[in-house]
Amino acid sequence: MAVDTQHAERIAGLDALELGGERRAGLAARLWARLWPMLTAVVLVLVAWQLVVMSGRWPEYVFAGPVETFQAMWERFGEADFYRAVATTMRRAFTGFALAVLVGLVIGAAVSRVKVLRAAFGALITGLQTMPSIAWFPFAILLFGLTESAITFVVILGAAPSIANGLITGVDYTPPLLLRAGHVLGFRRLSLYRHVILPASLPSFLAGLKQGWAFAWRSLMAGELMVIIAYQSSLGEQLAYAREVSDSPGLIGTMIVILSIGIVIDLLFEAADGMLRRRWGLDQR
Amino acid sequence: MSTTQLGAGPGTDAAVRLESVSKTYGHGRNALLALDQVSLDVRPGEFVCILGASGCGKSTLLSLVAGLDRPSTGQISTYDHKVAMMFQDPALFPWLTVAANVELAFRADGVAKAERRARAAEFLELVHLGGFGRKRPHELSGGMRQRVALARALAQSSSSSEGSAVLLMDEPFGALDAMTRDLLHDELERIWRERSLSVLFVTHNVREAVRLGDRVVLLSSRPGRVAEEFPVELERPRRTDSAEVATLAAKITDRLKEEVARHGR
Ligand SMILES: Nc1ncnc2c1ncn2[C@@H]1O[C@H](COP(=O)(O)OP(=O)(O)O)[C@@H](O)[C@H]1O
Ligand SMILES: [Mg+2]
Repeated sequence: MAVDTQHAERIAGLDALELGGERRAGLAARLWARLWPMLTAVVLVLVAWQLVVMSGRWPEYVFAGPVETFQAMWERFGEADFYRAVATTMRRAFTGFALAVLVGLVIGAAVSRVKVLRAAFGALITGLQTMPSIAWFPFAILLFGLTESAITFVVILGAAPSIANGLITGVDYTPPLLLRAGHVLGFRRLSLYRHVILPASLPSFLAGLKQGWAFAWRSLMAGELMVIIAYQSSLGEQLAYAREVSDSPGLIGTMIVILSIGIVIDLLFEAADGMLRRRWGLDQR
Repeated sequence: MSTTQLGAGPGTDAAVRLESVSKTYGHGRNALLALDQVSLDVRPGEFVCILGASGCGKSTLLSLVAGLDRPSTGQISTYDHKVAMMFQDPALFPWLTVAANVELAFRADGVAKAERRARAAEFLELVHLGGFGRKRPHELSGGMRQRVALARALAQSSSSSEGSAVLLMDEPFGALDAMTRDLLHDELERIWRERSLSVLFVTHNVREAVRLGDRVVLLSSRPGRVAEEFPVELERPRRTDSAEVATLAAKITDRLKEEVARHGR
């Protein structure tokens, strides 16, 4: 018995030595490390913007400066119409993206499982990703008229291929060793899918989602500029309207809002990706 | 029936039997004969070490026994024994905690969740990792991960009755430092005796083979054939650095060198 305890102690000792101490910077420090490069970039852009405006290449009513723009934005933030526009756009974005995820999952699962489908559609899906989504609009308008369905249709076509591709890539690159381990543990076909292949493809699927979102957002903006639905205010519609009435501060302000929403959602995806990588130990950051 | 030994196949005294097993990879001019007419028995409760140079077909042999691949010709029987396997890499699933990785061993058998959890904890305890169940594999050191893999393999072999599980190990401690390896040898030996496992242990380390095996089977290279078998009749527990182990290891090493030299000619 004594020998056994001694043995256990020795093992525990080695473990402790090998694990060492774990250190992680505090939340504030990490936040600051992420934030200051962004703030620097914003300041640089503002300075450059002001310099271009001051150069006098364009009159101020065509190209408003930062001060005017932010004043106009501040006023807009007080109007209910602005929030209605954002709400409409976000609703379209989320429904379109959700449907794209559904379509992408079904197509990705089918193509990654069935050899014949793979041969037939694998290249097509990749090809579809290179198709500029705005090129779909004439067709979509022909099919659905100037309706929200036309926009949703193009958002799905824009995002689904990336999402499907993410899943397919993930399935394809499941480490063979894990497949063998799963096989030895007694998993076959569907259970192998459920316990090994699908979880293993999660990082790649997440990357597909992130890319899909970027495409969805772009398609949506193109759609809102092309398909303007009466009495329905949206970010794209406000952009078009601001140009028509030569409201330069309003136009640039709306662009900043669109950019900011895109960045915030991208950050969310990045946070999810970072969390996954930390939990899985995929990077040594 | 009364003559059938515990855990052996009907009418045999083997837990694993390979009969003239050959394996060819590829076709035509690219065909590679990895294993040639290998015949081998592992008796129930026996610890057999397969020794051979790199590329001689050791992993191929284990894959065939594990059912990961099929032999080109010949027969392999495991007599309905539970076959668990441990790879050179831990092959843990990074999306699961250490405990969940071990629990997975019971999953295919449909063991209920509460019982899965309890038994997984028991096996982590067995490899002295009781306190690490909630960690992720990447938070552990290489040696600890390999112990988790050992716990998972043992868990898998536990669902059959005593003395009838087969444990396949493909250079499981090859990537570890000498001290950790020594400790794991002791662990493995202890667990093997407690649970009367039948073990097929692959290594290219002669001393490791002598340290652990009841029998050392030397494979020749290209194609892999059984070159010679060495019974190891040293008393257990053995030490890798003991004189007896060294003497037998030297003898086997000489024979291994002969085999390798054949290829230089
Ligand atoms: N899937 C495979 N396809 C083709 N050749 C293989 C494959 N697996 C192994 N081999 C070849 O078979 C031989 C034996 O390999 P392996 O069993 O891995 O040897 P060992 O484990 O003893 O190092 C090697 O020459 C290797 O290149
Ligand atoms: Mg090998």
